[in-house]
Amino acid sequence: MRRPWMLIPLVLFLLLLALFLKTLNDKKNQQDLAIDPSTLPSALIDKPFPEFSLAAVEEGGPTLTRADLLGRPALVNVWATWCVACRVEHPVLNGLSDQGVVIYGVNYKDNTADARQWLKEFHDPYQLNISDTEGRLGLDLGVYGAPETFLIDAEGIIRYKFVGVVDERVWETQLGPRYQALLEGEQP
Amino acid sequence: MIRRWCLFLLLALAPIAMAAVDTYEFETDAQRERFYQLSNELRCPKCQNQNIADSNAPIAMDLRREVHRMLTEGKDNDQIIDFMVSRYGDFVRYKPALTPATVVLWFAPAALLLGGVIVLIVLLRRRQRALRESAAQHLSQDEQRRLQSLLEREEDN
Repeated sequence: MRRPWMLIPLVLFLLLLALFLKTLNDKKNQQDLAIDPSTLPSALIDKPFPEFSLAAVEEGGPTLTRADLLGRPALVNVWATWCVACRVEHPVLNGLSDQGVVIYGVNYKDNTADARQWLKEFHDPYQLNISDTEGRLGLDLGVYGAPETFLIDAEGIIRYKFVGVVDERVWETQLGPRYQALLEGEQP
Repeated sequence: MIRRWCLFLLLALAPIAMAAVDTYEFETDAQRERFYQLSNELRCPKCQNQNIADSNAPIAMDLRREVHRMLTEGKDNDQIIDFMVSRYGDFVRYKPALTPATVVLWFAPAALLLGGVIVLIVLLRRRQRALRESAAQHLSQDEQRRLQSLLEREEDN
């Protein structure tokens, strides 16, 4: 080869190609899904769950604060009756709750009467249900669309966030293992 | 006829496509100006390719309300942007901050351009020299002298 440096652009191109393919494959393996560009990384991972003081969804329920969520690793599920995907997710949450998974609800920008009706109709998987009618807690959580599900540890630190419908596959591949790891007192 | 109806429908629906308009009150014009500036710089987390000024998504409305609230509370632009970034990440900024993670984003285009210009200059120089040398071999001494003087004049300019 008379001018080996002529190959530099080709080599750079091939390196880039390899990088992109690798990233694509990693993502696929990790999430078992194609890359979804509408999913944002949360800015709140490893940050404490925000402070709040809001009413419970249940009638005559106590005022809930951050302290009520502490003590056990748990899922915090942001839901609403206007959210179609939440209805799809609901039976899965019921199933998880039956298995003993601790789930707290954040009823996001919803009509509380509708929310109560929904829980009566479709079964209530939530240990506690925070009524966030104004969406203030949702804002502090960086919620941009329901359903969103956070995983918090016993100290109330947010460990993971999943945007979208939690189905069995998502539970088995993403949330479940991390929840188990927290239960066993390990870092996920 | 159908075409006319389509046109009518398009015209009738046109106002719906206009930018979101809220009625916020401001104490000063400067505050209003900052509100427009901030809501143009902040990106809507849900709709991705719109800023919160253009978007009609509920989350964009909430964020505009928050910007308005913080402005009237006397927060400065940095505080407001920090508030958004701490909740939604760097994603919400159309103008990303200069951090170790975004250095490539900021400087790679300039570096690539510079690299391209350097390569171009080197190639052109080399070709010019090669041309000059090959030309020199085919010219008589008299012609070479003329050529040299022409080239020097060129370079002096």
